[in-house]
Amino acid sequence: MVESAASAIHGAEWTIKELFVYPNEFIYWSIQIVMYPLMTGLVAGAFVLSSLYHVFKQEDLKDIAKFSLIFSFALLFAAPMPLMFHLQQPQRGIQVFFTPHFTSAISAFGIVFFTYYIIVACEIWFVYREFAVKQMKALEGKEGFGNSLLRAIYRVFSLGVHDISEQALHRDHKAVTILAGIGIPVACFLHGYAGFIFGSVKANALWMTPLMPVIFIMSAIVSGIALCILTYIIIMEWQKYRAKSARRAWGMSAEEIGGAEIDVIRKTSKYLVGFMIAAITLELLDLVFRGYTSLKSWDILRSVIYGKDFVNIFILQYTLGNLVPFLMLVIPGLTVRRTAVATMLVLLGVFMMRYNVVIGGQAFSLTFAGYMHYHLPIIPHSIDTYKEGLFGALTIAVMPFVLFYWINKALPTLRYK
Amino acid sequence: MSDNCSRREFFANALKLAAVAAIPVGALKILEPGEAKAAIAKTGVRWGFVVDTHKCIGCGFCVKACKNENEVMYDAPVSRTWVERYVVTKDGEVHADTPNAARDGFTTPKIHGQVIPDSEITKAFFVPKLCNQCENPPCVQVCPVGATYQAPDGVVLVDRTWCIGCGYCIMACPYGVRFFHPQFKVAEKCNFCYHRISQGMKTACVDACPTGARMIGNLKDPNDPVTKIVLNERVGVLKDEYGTKPQVFYLGLDKNVR
Ligand code: SF4
Ligand code: SF4
Repeated sequence: MVESAASAIHGAEWTIKELFVYPNEFIYWSIQIVMYPLMTGLVAGAFVLSSLYHVFKQEDLKDIAKFSLIFSFALLFAAPMPLMFHLQQPQRGIQVFFTPHFTSAISAFGIVFFTYYIIVACEIWFVYREFAVKQMKALEGKEGFGNSLLRAIYRVFSLGVHDISEQALHRDHKAVTILAGIGIPVACFLHGYAGFIFGSVKANALWMTPLMPVIFIMSAIVSGIALCILTYIIIMEWQKYRAKSARRAWGMSAEEIGGAEIDVIRKTSKYLVGFMIAAITLELLDLVFRGYTSLKSWDILRSVIYGKDFVNIFILQYTLGNLVPFLMLVIPGLTVRRTAVATMLVLLGVFMMRYNVVIGGQAFSLTFAGYMHYHLPIIPHSIDTYKEGLFGALTIAVMPFVLFYWINKALPTLRYK
Repeated sequence: MSDNCSRREFFANALKLAAVAAIPVGALKILEPGEAKAAIAKTGVRWGFVVDTHKCIGCGFCVKACKNENEVMYDAPVSRTWVERYVVTKDGEVHADTPNAARDGFTTPKIHGQVIPDSEITKAFFVPKLCNQCENPPCVQVCPVGATYQAPDGVVLVDRTWCIGCGYCIMACPYGVRFFHPQFKVAEKCNFCYHRISQGMKTACVDACPTGARMIGNLKDPNDPVTKIVLNERVGVLKDEYGTKPQVFYLGLDKNVR
């Protein structure tokens, strides 16, 4: 076989076949398709967390609500990027909007995504309008390019609505509640729909289950909350450090910040544990059901789940990613450090869940008599191996943080007082 | 137009112009589902295929012919059609393979590095595979931009200028028929040599098969040899359970065929 011809085949680069596999089968959906549901999941989860405060008035989430709203927005920009990295003809991706073929689950992407995008953007506007107007007024007459730039940003942001009377603000709050209320089902839809993309593929024995959308939603919320807590901890620790090194951050002492921090973390982690229970229950139900009904595909599925992918599924996903952090979070006397480690493990667990669904679903052949092994390209030596390799995935992973950093400059999410 | 263009001439020309402009609008008329169905019914052609596994000798001529005809890189491990070898042993084990899509036939008795002694073999046979041009094709259903579609005569086609290369159709086909074309970077599959059959020719694989194991025909024509086989003989289809309604029919299909 000529080397160049083989490497020109999409998927041949990272697929190793074992036993009887159809010639055209490769792992066509690789790491970026793992990243895609991971990202939309984080979006949905972060948004649901902020809505728990705005809609259900969970006062204990007040501080993290703003933060997770902005974070959700930053994630939202990064969410379609894995798809662009994955498409063989990315320049045509836009056609999904122009000629949607509505029998396809992916075709709804544009509509679902933009609806959600608009809701989040509007909500942010209502939440931050007061702040923007106040800043605009405060910056009035101040010298310097930075100040005038910021002022211009706030000016545009306020869209000319400068009324910050009691009444107007009350209306703003009402709008936020309504938007957050609509946002919850839309966020769940955004992600449940990602689950539907997989769950509806009847050719794939591992993917096809009506539970898939629900499983995806639950694990999405879990991942979103975990990431919010983790990022929150990192920011707070940074402020504590600054406070200690005499540059009093936010005009508070390190102890004050620490106190506020652990309070928020304890409260938020309760929700995390709740959603984790729901997610794990559903996943186990799916597994038990497959074993019990043992359809034609069960033989090969079992050999993948309990054999080839055992470490990925039972060690990394269920034990390290679910059981250990679960215990860490429920054992009394929760500390910041323990929460940080637990949320990292939870994120690992959700990532592994996505990985085991996407890659695991292609670990066996349609012949049910052969296997495919995935080897993530590490060092890129072509566009494909970058886009669908470790560095492509890392590019996607840092994107929301960079965006968040910049948005946070103009619309600070965590500022006490 | 002359200088003394009369009013009447002017109106006549304007009318002509309007008529010309109206044509494309008419041509772009969107068919209601019912109308589309009626249009399909009227064509009087439904392409179908018969594979007689008893006749197949596993020479791989069809694969070679297909690769040359349809510009699928000769050395690439993918192919629009391929041939599988099945060897069933006394203990009920099924050994199957398709080395390099059987482009060069089966040159060694080794299956996955293992030689099966003749005395152990109870039956052995070859099964050619190609796109089933399903009546209910999941690949068409899942394409987000409609780049994969079913022609009125039943053949499922890919529009290379419109495919975004998402691979959803590849995932949705239960038969592993689809792949990404190494050169065009879009979804690729067997289309019954659409450029040939629509010109009254047979597919390249049918022409290349030395034993006549492959046959293509019009299932709507009761006198077509293919239709006769489908109607009169005991034929099977692959993976019936997916509800795709395959239109490639097999004579002598074994339960061990994947
Ligand atoms: S065999 Fe596969 S590619 Fe061909 S029509 Fe059926 S589902 Fe589509
Ligand atoms: S790969 Fe092309 S033909 Fe297949 S579903 Fe995607 S856009 Fe449609």
